[in-house]
Amino acid sequence: MGSYVPNTLQDQEEMLRSIGKSRMEELFETIPEKVRLNRELRLPSGLSEMEVTNKVRKIAEKNYVFKTIFRGAGAYRHYIPSIVKQITSKEEFVTAYTPYQAEISQGVLQSIFEFQTMICELTGMDVANASVYDGATAAAEAILMCAERKRRKAVVSETVHPQVIKTIKTYCNSLDIEVVTAPGRNGKTDLPSLENLVDDTTACVLIQQPNYYGQLEDGEEIGAITGGCGAKYIMSCNPISLGILKTPAEYGADIAVGEGQPLGIPLSFGGPYLGFMASKEKMMRKLPGRIVGETKDGKGRRAFVLTLQAREQHIRREKASSNICSNQALCAMTAAVYLDAMGRKGLTQAATLSMSKAHYLANRLCELNGFKLVYPGEFFNEFVTTCPKDVDTISEALEQRGILGGYPLSGENQGHILWCATEVNTREEIDTLIAILKEVAE
Amino acid sequence: MKLIFEKGMEGRGCELLPPSDVPVIEAGEKYRRKSDLNLPEVSEPELSRHYTELMKNTFGVNDGFYPLGSCTMKYNPKVNEDMANMPEFLEIHPLQPEHTVQGCLEVMALSEKYLCEITGMDRMTFQPAAGAHGEYTGLQLIRAYHRSRGDRKRDKILVPDSAHGTNPASAAMAGFTVINVPSTGEGYVDIGELKKAAGEDTAGFMLTNPNTLGLFDEKIIEITDIIHNAGGLNYYDGANLNAIMGIARPGDMGFDVVHLNLHKTFSTPHGGGGPGSGPVGCKAILADYLPSPLIRCKEDGTYQLEYGKEDSIGQVKAFYGNFLVIVRALTYLLTLGKEGLKHASESAVLNANYMMQHLKDTFSVPFPDHCMHEFVVSLEELQKEKGVSALDVAKAMLDHGIHPPTMYFPLIIPEALMVEPTETETKETLDEVIAIYKQIYKEAMSHPETMHDYPQNTVVGRPDEVSAARNPILRYRRES
Repeated sequence: MGSYVPNTLQDQEEMLRSIGKSRMEELFETIPEKVRLNRELRLPSGLSEMEVTNKVRKIAEKNYVFKTIFRGAGAYRHYIPSIVKQITSKEEFVTAYTPYQAEISQGVLQSIFEFQTMICELTGMDVANASVYDGATAAAEAILMCAERKRRKAVVSETVHPQVIKTIKTYCNSLDIEVVTAPGRNGKTDLPSLENLVDDTTACVLIQQPNYYGQLEDGEEIGAITGGCGAKYIMSCNPISLGILKTPAEYGADIAVGEGQPLGIPLSFGGPYLGFMASKEKMMRKLPGRIVGETKDGKGRRAFVLTLQAREQHIRREKASSNICSNQALCAMTAAVYLDAMGRKGLTQAATLSMSKAHYLANRLCELNGFKLVYPGEFFNEFVTTCPKDVDTISEALEQRGILGGYPLSGENQGHILWCATEVNTREEIDTLIAILKEVAE
Repeated sequence: MKLIFEKGMEGRGCELLPPSDVPVIEAGEKYRRKSDLNLPEVSEPELSRHYTELMKNTFGVNDGFYPLGSCTMKYNPKVNEDMANMPEFLEIHPLQPEHTVQGCLEVMALSEKYLCEITGMDRMTFQPAAGAHGEYTGLQLIRAYHRSRGDRKRDKILVPDSAHGTNPASAAMAGFTVINVPSTGEGYVDIGELKKAAGEDTAGFMLTNPNTLGLFDEKIIEITDIIHNAGGLNYYDGANLNAIMGIARPGDMGFDVVHLNLHKTFSTPHGGGGPGSGPVGCKAILADYLPSPLIRCKEDGTYQLEYGKEDSIGQVKAFYGNFLVIVRALTYLLTLGKEGLKHASESAVLNANYMMQHLKDTFSVPFPDHCMHEFVVSLEELQKEKGVSALDVAKAMLDHGIHPPTMYFPLIIPEALMVEPTETETKETLDEVIAIYKQIYKEAMSHPETMHDYPQNTVVGRPDEVSAARNPILRYRRES
């Protein structure tokens, strides 16, 4: 048992004496008797490091690590270069606080500045913040940026990730922002329906590109409909796909957000992940969270600082643009190192490989009886198929071979499977999957 | 220092991915990216060295004393990192079948059990990713509670003027009107003012105890009763829990909902500003409103994700929270156990008192009798007499290789420095730091003019924040 308290009891007695106290209890005399616990906590006793390691390891071993994964649906396994973990494990980066003291935090500040630049490069936007909690909260915060007194309706496509929609609803609910979902058709946002929904009370339209079903949305047409009614256009995107796909800026979006997990962050049972947010310059002062800017010190040396703080909670309190304080800084650094390592060429390659593998997987699946693409449009690295058998039967058979199959959808898509492939899925893995499915399904 | 974009050369890079073993597919014209993608083009050696340089310009907990008040910058144990980096946690997809994630669910269930016991709460969600996110979630619970009772007029959240800025900001985001309640001269909740403010429109009251001056509010039961009697609920901001683990519990003080900062009290690292974790615990009366899913232990001892409580506020984030942070916190809880947690709190309070008592003859300490895990000094006199501000003193500390305390907080103390040494500092370090603080004070008295030029020995001096905000440069642009 240890508390990581270096001072011995003897040291502590000496310290107590030097401040005129004889017992530790005297330090707690201001706590009224009535609220004192006066019993031991009902927790186990402390353990040695070896015992703790064994205990946690045993718990961890109750998880099953799939060798092969064909499941995405908001969390993606990509290849993570060795250097990513090495750099982001450096003690200074891991243990530092938010860089309030700029003079001794230039490293963290510069890394955030570089991250902001990369997010701008990926999305084509003018400015980015230092990160928010995840893709879902990024989408919700983006909507809050757009709400105005006379525009309190947020139109969100039904084809956005369901958990993102749920998060948006929570955030908007208490601020009297109405969330209206725009129906999908053939797996994409239905343009005529969208056109009927938007009006001069619409604050924004939010779509996901590629969407939850993997389909590529008609981003330009949606932008035109959105702009036509004077609403803001928010696009949530998969950052890897931006290596080859049109940027939110090219589609005319005002704000780009997304889940940054694919950029070198492990699956980690859903977190910590990374929400990124970028916007056109005109919305810069509405962005939530930390933003790092470049400036100079008294001697003219380049220096980085947290800036535009007049938006933030510690200055503005209840009038702040958001309550966010801690963000996902180390995850942002992870994404930055990932993008540094991949570079232009590597990211394009990862995106192309993901797209190619997914299409190979789709083609092979469609060779089997009962597996058909549900939606006709173009897709990036995810797609939905029918399933000839009970989905659970299929999943179990795959699990026995160490494969996590596609994600079983619910609702209107009950019985359908959302598949995913990335560059880590080899042709051999895909062929093995097909052979097993053939056995089980036929 | 050069940016990564100013390093490297066209054509350089790291060879990371193999050629395609399937036919290559390209996106259709309509969807294809046309604009340039100006990512860095650097080799691995250049990249590695770049970040080593950045690392050298970063001050972590192990680089020296780091007494940021209300931030609890304690040592981050190494075993926590090892546990969180096991492939059995790292490589788990959040949407795997339940029977393949029993270990993850057990981590969350055990953490919930222990943290509920420490706080005196009944249920807990781990979905919030940070303290402010926890505040937001907790306030949503309060809102849902009143609404479920048809009580729609309760739209005010009371916040003491000593509170952290996230409190009012979270309340506003959760749709409440914020009422600031003045503190007494001693920094406690002003009972008279609280009574005046509390009424039938009060949804709740947010408080941290010990408060942001490091003082335990002895009238806590009276305070929480006033709110309860007015029909409101009490919210505990867990930022200062490190003072009272195993000694007193928010649940026993009359609080109905709490958030914790696992990255403060439970030793998980701050990562230069995150990821943290801000779990929210509540009394049974609020449990139905918690975000879904919650973890349920079935009769056979296995765990289940429980969705779809009708009254749930919904989700505040995708999936289940910053899971790997929870693994670290659980490792810490198991290591310390019941005795260790209490010892940690006692030692944190002792370290703070030791420093305060040895500084109070030199520095003006507004409340010099006692403190809990942190204390505040005011440099108001120094500022008035010598023109040396809290900022000047803080910047002088940088040259001594120590991190300054939290500056200008709480707002109710002019020229405040808020010192939280934590329990993981040795007596020797405290003695050294006390000497440095005194030396700086002496210099401020004798040579006040020099104080505006610090720091001198850091990689840059004080940055020009005004021009940074006036003419924002928020990204690098390649010169064309």
